[in-house]
Parts: sequence; C-alpha cells; structure tokens
Amino acid sequence: MTLRLISKLASPSALRRCALASSKSQAFGTASLLQRSAIRNAVSGPGGNIYTARSLHTTAIAHHGHVHKPNPGEELHVTFITKEGEQIQLEVAEGDNLLDIAQAHNMDMEGACGGSCACSTCHVIVDPDYYDKMEEPDDDENDMLDLAFGLTETSRLGCQIKMTKELDGVRVALPAMTRNLQARDFQ
Amino acid sequence: MVPLKLAIVGSGPAGFYTASRLLEKVPNAVVDMYEALPVPFGLSRFGVAPDHPEVKNCQDKFVQVAEAPHFRFVGNVCIGRDLTLKSLKDNYNSVVFAYGSSQDRLLNVPGEELPGVFSAREFVGWYNGVPELRALNPPLQDAEDVVIVGNGNVALDVARILLADPTRLKSTDIGEHAYDVLRKSKVKNVRIVGRRGLLQSAFTNKEIRELINEPGTMMKPLADVYINHYKPFVPFLERPIKRLVQIVEKARTNSNDQIAKANQGQGSLPSKQWSLEYLLSPQRFYASSSNPNILSSTLFEVNTLLQKDIKSPSVCRGTGETKSFKTELAFRSIGYKSLPLPGSAELGIPFDEQSGRIPNELGRIAGVPGFYVSGWVKNGPTGVIAKTMWDAFEVAETVLEDLYSHKLDTSSKPGYEGVLPEIKSQPVSWTDWLKIDQEETSRGAAQGKPRAKFTSVNDMLSVL
Repeated sequence: MTLRLISKLASPSALRRCALASSKSQAFGTASLLQRSAIRNAVSGPGGNIYTARSLHTTAIAHHGHVHKPNPGEELHVTFITKEGEQIQLEVAEGDNLLDIAQAHNMDMEGACGGSCACSTCHVIVDPDYYDKMEEPDDDENDMLDLAFGLTETSRLGCQIKMTKELDGVRVALPAMTRNLQARDFQ
Repeated sequence: MVPLKLAIVGSGPAGFYTASRLLEKVPNAVVDMYEALPVPFGLSRFGVAPDHPEVKNCQDKFVQVAEAPHFRFVGNVCIGRDLTLKSLKDNYNSVVFAYGSSQDRLLNVPGEELPGVFSAREFVGWYNGVPELRALNPPLQDAEDVVIVGNGNVALDVARILLADPTRLKSTDIGEHAYDVLRKSKVKNVRIVGRRGLLQSAFTNKEIRELINEPGTMMKPLADVYINHYKPFVPFLERPIKRLVQIVEKARTNSNDQIAKANQGQGSLPSKQWSLEYLLSPQRFYASSSNPNILSSTLFEVNTLLQKDIKSPSVCRGTGETKSFKTELAFRSIGYKSLPLPGSAELGIPFDEQSGRIPNELGRIAGVPGFYVSGWVKNGPTGVIAKTMWDAFEVAETVLEDLYSHKLDTSSKPGYEGVLPEIKSQPVSWTDWLKIDQEETSRGAAQGKPRAKFTSVNDMLSVL
C-alpha cells in the first residue's frame, strides 16, 4: 500500500512540486523522507525495484554509507536534472562527490568502477556557469571522458566532482543513454 | 502475479547488467544465470588485466544483483554440453544470450599456424587463469622481439604484460603459472602493428598513456612516415582522437629527448622498448630454423591509406612493397568472434558467420520470440565495460517493451525446477561460489595478493 501511495505521489507534476518546494524551503525537515522516497520511486519506476524496495524500510543514506549528513547551517545544494527532465534538488555535505550523492539518493547513475575514475558511467553534464568554477579535469579523467557517450564541452565524471562552497547550487544533467520504459507507457 | 522466468546464458558484464535492469524493472522477474565455469564474472575475471583491479569494481554491482531475492546463479553448467538449449526454451519465458566471443578472427596468412604465433585472446586467458588455457606457456624465455598484429586495448594489454617488470605484477591476481613464465622472459622489443594509420588506432587513450608511462620501458619515437599521413587531418579531429595525437606526439618528444641525452652520454635508454607501427598487413610468418617453438621473422606488405577528407572512410590498399621485422613470437590481436550455441540452428536462431554474431534488432532476435542477445555476441567484441553496460540496459528495455506489448509468452513456466533433472553436471550455486571466492581470497591474502585464482575446474570444485 505504501509503495502504491508513493508512486502516485511521484507523478511528474507532483515531483516538480516536490523539487520546487524543497528548493524554496530552507529546512529539509519532516517532508524530506517522503520526498526522497517519491523521488526514488519516480526514478526507478512504479513498483520500486530490488534496491528501493529494500531501502524504503531503512534510510537510503544510511544504507549506502558513502555520503555525510550536512551540518545544520552548512548545507550545500545540488540539482540533478534526470533523464526524464525532472529537477531534483538535494541538500548535501561539503566533500561528498556527485556519484556518491546520486547513488545515496537512488538516482539512476551507475558507478561501474566504484568511483575510481576507471570508467565513464557517472558522466554528468555541468551547467556552464559552474563548470568554470571547477578545477580542470586531470589526464585520468579526460581519458575516461573521451569514452563517454554524448560528450559535451562541460562534461565531467560525477565521481571526480567534490562538493565545495563554491559549487553550492550547482546543476548537473544526467545524459539520456537508453530508453527508460515504464509499464504506464503501455497502458 | 505469475513469475516471469528468464534464463541468461553467460555471467560476464553483459549478463549481469542485463539481469540487473530486468530485476529492477520487471516486478515479477525471476532470473537464472547459466555459466559454463564454476566461477562467475566472465571477462571481468578472465579478461580485465590483473593490474587493472579498479576496473573489476563492477563486480560489486554484480554481487548486489546476485544477492537479490529472485536471482539464481547456475555455475558449471555449459549450455549445449550439460544442458540443451531446447530445455531452456521449454522451461523459460525468455532466454538472453550473453555468452560473449570465444574464438579468434584469423589473419589467414601462411605461417599463422606455427607454434610461435599466439592468439592474444589465449595469452590474456592464460595469464588470467582460464582453466582451458593454463597450459599455453608461451616460450618467453626464447624471445626478444615480439610482433603484435592489431592495436586494440587487448594488444596493449599484451604489450604491457610482456614489458612490465614482473615484480610489479606479483601483488596482482595474475596466475602463478604465468608469473613464473614472465619472470624468465627475455622480451625486450615489442612492435604493435596496425593495418591503417594512427588515427584509425583501436586502443583508447587511457591504455596508450598507461603503456607510455610503464616504468622501465620506452616508446620508440613514432616514425615520420606515419606522422605525415595524419598531419593534414589534425585541425579537424574530434576531441578524443585529438588527445590521442597529443599523447603520442608528447611521448615522441620525450623519447627523442631521452635518446639525444643518451647519445651525449647522459643516462642510458631503457632496455625494454616498444613501438607503434602502422600501414602494414602481415603476409607471412617464418619459423626459426634452430628452435621449432619460435619464429625468425614476419613479413608485411606496406599499405597506403586513401582518404579524401576527414569525413570519408579511410581505405587501405597494399602497395606491393614489403617490410620485414625480426620476430621470435607473434600475437594475433585483430578481434574475436562468437560461436552459435549447439542446438541453436534447430531452434531457428540465426547466426551471421561473417560478423561472428547473432543478428538482432536492439537485442531482439528476429523470428524467434522470447530470445534476446546482449554484449559481445550481440555487437561484436568491441567497447569497454561501460558500453556493454549501457547496451545491456537497452536490451533489458527491449525485453520490457515486448513484455508490455504482449509479445512475450507470460504463461507459468517451471524455470530452474524444470531443467534441474536434465542437467548432466554438478551445478554450482552462488553460495558455492562464495566458498570458492573465500578460498581464493584467503590463499591470496597469504601471498599479499587480492586473490590467488584456481586455474582448474577440479580445483574449484574441490573446495565444495
């Protein structure tokens, strides 16, 4: 029942409202868990999946264990633009990287090499305003970016972008690599 | 809901990534993965070089998939040998082929069958501990000059393993048997030979940079004749290939500096050297007259590359001119091909002998409902793991599309319970694999390695 309720909540318009609300509100308080679940579900499709079904009962962040809880008052913000075009804003801690952040929130980002800069599966496209605030990618990252699909001028690997105060508010898009069919597309 | 029973043949990255997406997106999916060996992960275990452990991190995800409730690993069951393909068809709603490429493309030139000509695929399998290749033992102790025909990442892996100081490999999961042979190696000159030019090289930038930076070795400066060929195109190149040119030219400058200094008596050159050679097609391998296990030389025809502009395809033509390299061992690294599974023709499953893969549309095998293909048997042997992953996700979407548009038989099928009585071998479960894994990692830990692999099926099974 819970699953069904949440997946209804996660219609694109509801999701936009959620994203908007969280970007406006200063506190990511009582509604945040539900929002996160809604976002998780929207990303993984109705009915959840093997991973979300598990993490719904705990908290996703505790489950993944790679990201830190931001200290009150020191929250940084990152907005992911999903393959479906939804914008998801998250409050994150300084020092965490975008791959860990995305995975902790069960977004559709793979990290095949475990964040060791040895694959291109966590490719993100960075808002040009923020791209210039980042350090240049090093040779290792450029080698992997050369293999990324849909490489752009502002492409980076999520595992190599650590959140800093300068990057507060950064927006990154996940490139659409594959179709992402849902049961509802056929109903 | 009636479970949807899916069989995946092969447990490499293609199989696991396909399984992962299917389990995520099909709520009633039950996935059984069949693997011919007792151990999973395919080329992640047996193809990825031992000094690239970070690439094997994809296995963390595979373990996560394997521990999902509706997943079953069925190891030590070779489809076509221990279980018929027809049996899978009869007992499952759908079958996904992800069994990769197990054969070499051949050069088809005289001398290719000589004992001194090795398959790069077999060499890689040998040092990575593939049971059936354990006895390969290339006579590295008798070889100084090596030719590798082909210049993909496999060719570069072979070159790096041949040139590396073996002590660097000691702490990796390289097979003990291979380490012992590599320690006695006399190889000091490796030529990596491509049919076309630098811009048509098949390797990736990471791999070439890594070889350039291999300690104790030097890349010989790229010959002028190869440079003149690509120079006019440089301003028009895409980013990855532009970087490739920069990487190789920088290495050339560094090597030239090193050589100039050595000539002035400052420092000496590394004893192990290698080079990228282009515009050469092998014509013939010549055996050594003194040692039947090795070669004496390789004869090449010099090619010219016809390419009007950067957008037109480059066409390679022989000039009739020849060139010969002293060669004790040669490695053929021009690609792999897949084989049809025994019994597939009887089920109407097509196979394209020419390209060595199963014809398909987005992974769907036309005319055979319920059958799909993923990974190298679908696309041919190309691309890094990331490409196989995206592609496997795409195949899963195709299965999903057929499921939701009612093109899949969704009736109740017996699945594993149905095939179990027909399996002629001793199936290895995931729990069994974890025992083998435990044994390999603890044996490895005792030697300061991440893992000491078993290199025979009997040894693997003896743990159980």
